[in-house]
Amino acid sequence: MVNIAEALDNIRLLDALGEEKSTVHALHPLAKLFVTLVFLIIVISFSKHEISALLPMVLFPTIIITLADLPVLPLMKRVLIVLPLVIGIGIFNPLLDHRPMVSLGAITLSYGWISFISIMIKCLLTVITSLILIATTGMTNIALALRKLKVPKIFVLQLLLTYRYITVLMEEVILTTTAYALRSSGIKGIHFKHWGSLLGQLLIRTIDRAQRVYTSMCCRGFDGNYNTGTMPTLVAKDYIFMLFWTLFFIITRSFNLPMLLGTILTGVYP
Amino acid sequence: MSHYQIEANNITFIYPDGHQALKDISFTLSQRESIGIIGANGAGKSTLLLLLLGILFPNEGTISVGGLPVTKKTLPHIREKIGLAFQNPDDQLFMTTVYDDVAFGPRNYKLNEDEVEKRVVQALEIVGILHLKTRAPYKLSGGEKRAAAIASVLSMHPDILILDEPTNALDPKSRRRLINLLSTFNHPKIIATHDLDMLFNLCERTIILKDGQIMADGLTTDLLADETLMTLCNLEVPLSIQNCSTCTYKHML
Ligand SMILES: Nc1ncnc2c1ncn2[C@@H]1O[C@H](COP(=O)(O)OP(=O)(O)OP(=O)(O)O)[C@@H](O)[C@H]1O
Ligand SMILES: [Mg+2]
Repeated sequence: MVNIAEALDNIRLLDALGEEKSTVHALHPLAKLFVTLVFLIIVISFSKHEISALLPMVLFPTIIITLADLPVLPLMKRVLIVLPLVIGIGIFNPLLDHRPMVSLGAITLSYGWISFISIMIKCLLTVITSLILIATTGMTNIALALRKLKVPKIFVLQLLLTYRYITVLMEEVILTTTAYALRSSGIKGIHFKHWGSLLGQLLIRTIDRAQRVYTSMCCRGFDGNYNTGTMPTLVAKDYIFMLFWTLFFIITRSFNLPMLLGTILTGVYP
Repeated sequence: MSHYQIEANNITFIYPDGHQALKDISFTLSQRESIGIIGANGAGKSTLLLLLLGILFPNEGTISVGGLPVTKKTLPHIREKIGLAFQNPDDQLFMTTVYDDVAFGPRNYKLNEDEVEKRVVQALEIVGILHLKTRAPYKLSGGEKRAAAIASVLSMHPDILILDEPTNALDPKSRRRLINLLSTFNHPKIIATHDLDMLFNLCERTIILKDGQIMADGLTTDLLADETLMTLCNLEVPLSIQNCSTCTYKHML
């Protein structure tokens, strides 16, 4: 049987992390959102056969995780959830594209494999950076920043409520499966005969509950704007943060840094 | 404008699945009055409260709050006047900290952050959980959640307070503190509850519901002592006024 307290805690991990205090948490949500967006755009813009030039981008999530003191393993676990999806997207590349690209001794890497690896790196980078944004900023602050960027209310609301709904759904899943386990004396898992009714129950219960939560928000004057207190103004360190990383990303995109470094260190010019 | 805070005329409500939850309910709530609503499980108490706030709309009949009819258009005004604490506090707490949850209402009314803080601290102090303000609501015990949910309503400074089983899951001390608080709250209140002893303390008037109908509407002291009526509605005369033989015996001594 799942450990309820632990499971619930897991679900809310990102929320809980968002409430921590660190140099990164103290930055303005807008600054973090901006840098993350630039990061995503730049990572995606790398051509599909580039790997070495992409590598310096890893520095960003690494440094932020360290500065914000985020727990690495739980974050990685969440990244792994999307891994099958990513593999699914990329797996056809090596099968379809056999042209050789580089040879490392006896091993020849085809264009297909290179693009597969590149897709994997890009996906993992984008997912983990998005998670980091949530874990260092909190969903409500991100929503606030999005509103500041004049993103339409309806989209922001959609995002927020979906995010809330996931939590509600997971909680109901845990409670339902626990209730089931308690009354099904030692049977492991859920008997397939009960899947239908259990799933139906779950759907109805979560919709119901989401509805009630939304109602209670409306009862307290909710009009579609999430007000999470005063938004601080951008200060010098926020601008420096944005400027530094944006520059770094642009330089990484424009020059192949690892290769440049290699040539400088070894003095061999290609 | 009518001088009633809440006026319900012949309301009937049928749930979409065809279940008739309320039949022909009429009552009024005047300034400074407090009404207790009692009735067995499933009698329709919670449904009635949801109708008053326009969360559900009656199939027949009309409701007005502070002179305004409850319609889709007037909802924002109605909800600013009435504070409702839901039967299940989990439905009410959705922010990441207790503080933010209690501040949610005041912030929606665009109060400045100093005023918001004042109200939040005050509301949390009243229900006695100021020390929990930075905790995540889902990590609280049942009673603490209840207290936080009530604080989130109090922080809005509503004109009318509607509570659905407020003392449910509170420990004796918190329950007593809440009752004391509610008795100092000078606005009209409607309290649906199974805690009959609390009604004695708080509400002069009681409405008894049975199967969606009003069985009685009158002075709390009269109704609760009426054994035939109480039994008929699947309720019990509270211990505090029961003619229990031991006490009578003690009296005789
Ligand atoms: N969403 C719903 N759909 C259909 N029927 C409902 C729904 N919610 C409640 N009911 C039914 O309406 C009736 C009144 O329910 P209500 O929740 O108002 O009772 P209550 O008096 O608050 O009971 P309790 O003391 O248990 O809280 C019950 O018979 C219940 O089964
Ligand atoms: Mg109820």
